[in-house]
Amino acid sequence: MGRKLLLKDINVPGIKSFEVYRKMGGYASVEKALKTMTPDSVMEEVKKSGLRGRGGAGFPTGMKWSFLDRKSDKPRYLICNADESEPGTFKDRFLMEYLPHALIEGMIVSSFALGANTSYIYMRGEFRWIFPILEKAIEEARAAGFLGNNMLGTDYSLELYVHSGGGAYICGEETAQIESLEGKRGNPRNKPPFPAVVGLYGCPTVVNNVESIATVPHILNMGGDEYAKIGIGKSTGTKLISASGHINKPGVYEIELGLPVEEFIYSDEYCGGIWKGRKMKACVPGGSSVPILPTELMLKTAKGEPRLMSYESLSDGGFATGSMLGSGGFIVFDETACIVRNTWTYARFYHHESCGQCSPCREGTGWMEKVLHRIETGHGKMSDIDLLVDVAKKIEGNTICPLGDAAAWPVAAAVRHFREEFEYHVRYPEKVKDPKHFEKEPFVSEKKAVAA
Amino acid sequence: MAKVTIDGIEIEVADGTTILQAARQIGGEIVPPAMCYYSTLKNSGGKCRACLVKVAAGSAKDPRPMPKLVPSCITTVQDGMVVENITNPTVLETRKGVVEFLLLNHPLDCPICDQAGECDLQNFAYNHGVSKTRYEEERRTFEQHDIGDKIKLHMNRCILCYRCTYVADQLTDNRVHGVLNRGDHAEISTYIEKAIDNEFSGNMIDVCPVGALTDKTFRFKQRVWFTKPLDAHRDCPKCSGKVVLWTKGNDVLRVTARKDQYNEVKEFICNECRYDHKDMNDWVIEGPRHIERGSVISQNHYEKIDLVKLKADVERQLKFQEGKRLNEANNTPA
Ligand SMILES: Cc1cc2nc3c(=O)[nH]c(=O)nc-3n(C[C@H](O)[C@H](O)[C@H](O)COP(=O)(O)O)c2cc1C
Ligand code: SF4
Ligand code: SF4
Ligand code: SF4
Ligand code: FES
Repeated sequence: MGRKLLLKDINVPGIKSFEVYRKMGGYASVEKALKTMTPDSVMEEVKKSGLRGRGGAGFPTGMKWSFLDRKSDKPRYLICNADESEPGTFKDRFLMEYLPHALIEGMIVSSFALGANTSYIYMRGEFRWIFPILEKAIEEARAAGFLGNNMLGTDYSLELYVHSGGGAYICGEETAQIESLEGKRGNPRNKPPFPAVVGLYGCPTVVNNVESIATVPHILNMGGDEYAKIGIGKSTGTKLISASGHINKPGVYEIELGLPVEEFIYSDEYCGGIWKGRKMKACVPGGSSVPILPTELMLKTAKGEPRLMSYESLSDGGFATGSMLGSGGFIVFDETACIVRNTWTYARFYHHESCGQCSPCREGTGWMEKVLHRIETGHGKMSDIDLLVDVAKKIEGNTICPLGDAAAWPVAAAVRHFREEFEYHVRYPEKVKDPKHFEKEPFVSEKKAVAA
Repeated sequence: MAKVTIDGIEIEVADGTTILQAARQIGGEIVPPAMCYYSTLKNSGGKCRACLVKVAAGSAKDPRPMPKLVPSCITTVQDGMVVENITNPTVLETRKGVVEFLLLNHPLDCPICDQAGECDLQNFAYNHGVSKTRYEEERRTFEQHDIGDKIKLHMNRCILCYRCTYVADQLTDNRVHGVLNRGDHAEISTYIEKAIDNEFSGNMIDVCPVGALTDKTFRFKQRVWFTKPLDAHRDCPKCSGKVVLWTKGNDVLRVTARKDQYNEVKEFICNECRYDHKDMNDWVIEGPRHIERGSVISQNHYEKIDLVKLKADVERQLKFQEGKRLNEANNTPA
């Protein structure tokens, strides 16, 4: 059994309520921080913990906090990014729905560390039903003196608001989120300046993921050094993984970073193996934006070492043979899955979600989608495959925000590792016109058959 | 002051200058193209990615190269910065890509477009693009709209540079149009049709780099290269009154603000000057307008090559589309 922190009390009846949450030791970190620590010492602990942002990029949280412009006399803001819309990622939703107070507690201590007196939870619009859950948790915390003016008799005051987004994936990008919160169209901003200097209403702002924020109380309770002992190397602590796809037990799991991928997929404690007794074909380990890997590279790195669930191990080999931990959206494909179809599905998503500001992303995402659709439905040409790679290359790195990269990477990776399957689609248009073709007749690589 | 080197040419500029502005101070071929940036409109730029350049050395203090290409229009120079524009193959390749992206869904109906001859997209494509598109899909289309009694919106041609929204924000007291929807379905729209009505709205036409916003009082009157531009002015209580009259014989066909060599208006004009004084006698004529590099008219590119080539392109495209439709019709089981 790996170490559990975030989901340790998930099965305690009534843990959604303030009373039970408090009885289980909740809000201890607020008392500790407000009464015995300074904002800087809270930040120090987070730095020591080595916590890395759980929203996708894995940027060290303590370092992000230290960039916040503290010299400016403007107010400072903390925004919790709860816009979770990445296909395959559904851990924040789970956390907020079943452990709302974990997020509220995290928001309080994090706001304290940053010197923010007004903080926002920007929640994905579709999470309608979670809205009252968080609002209730905020009210309960306020009633107990953990929010409002002069909290716990100190001179620190905090107001917390839940803001419902309008249903756009792009508003998960931090600067688009800031624009949206300001009441504008959710277009990402050009950076620099970074939000830490010019953020919400032009004021210094930190944007953090739900899980990152909910982890802070645990860091304060046990101390940053202690937290850093959990996990492996620079991947400290535990991480929520939302597992989906062709596995026996889809769901949200808390793992200790460093867990072997093989164990995560096949052990009964986690995914419980591939469903229907089938074999695994491929895996997208970190949400739809990260490169897909074939089974061999998913279980072992190119060097032959076992692949681990950690920032470093998953990206070992770069994009040539590796991927990314991303937001922890772990999607598994069995041998009947059609990679082309899946890539098209992702491309359709990014096409639909591009904000349309910069030309490579606005035009390129639609182009890739159409070409992929053509190939998938048996109307493709061999030259289309290289065209896809070229379009992806022209988008990647040339856009305002990382959505362009997120659209390009999955396409480039699918062709990189599964080119033969794309070629199969061009060669046998009649067969692939049936969307369930591979379910009846799983794709077999001729190259691998020859090599074996 | 900051010393910066662009394509091997060194120049000293004031702190806070952008790479693009520094390049413009040098002038000539090394100036990156700009499709969305507009020096007289605050916050413009950063969107089209036409102006991406390589920063080979960030500054004297930190000479590391920047990992990605950067938009030169909004990136400020640092002392000791080394920039590569036309000397960097990746930059040129990427720019070709941007041309291709911008033309992907573009109708290329130059032969019937009022902007032809003074179109930034034509110039951009001519100078930086390849002559063939690899796009075979159907282009997305929008309806034409009147977004004011004098402005026609031809959304198919819009490149979403957002300049017109900045004009509305910065020159008028109330913006009533904006961008609707997302991605390649994003479109310029007013909340209620024909709602744009204020004294400086006409400047939206001048800043539009393409033929998406055109002057209805000039539509289809004349190809611009058959008109004679004259510098003129009048005493105007609302604006500078400094304009260009686009004339044929004694007729004033169109009035616009004056654009510099980068096709930018430095002094915006009011709608009264633009629309209500199409009479030579209302103006003090200063002399012929010299049209600078930013326009194909002055270079005669348009007549020599573009028109023929673009027309051929359009025809080829139409034929192709028609062939595809026929093909599809034939392949669809009855
Ligand atoms: C298109 C796009 C969508 C994103 N969506 C989310 C999201 O839903 N939730 C999230 O936490 N971060 C999202 N991010 C990442 C955020 O921009 C930001 O990096 C993150 O919230 C920082 O939090 P962290 O440092 O705690 O990880 C997204 C980024 C992009 C480019
Ligand atoms: S990369 Fe895409 S989503 Fe991001 S700013 Fe550009 S167009 Fe918008
Ligand atoms: S906007 Fe420019 S490129 Fe487009 S049709 Fe008009 S003249 Fe041609
Ligand atoms: S209408 Fe013209 S000015 Fe406005 S966004 Fe489109 S191209 Fe730019
Ligand atoms: S001119 Fe610089 S990005 Fe458009």
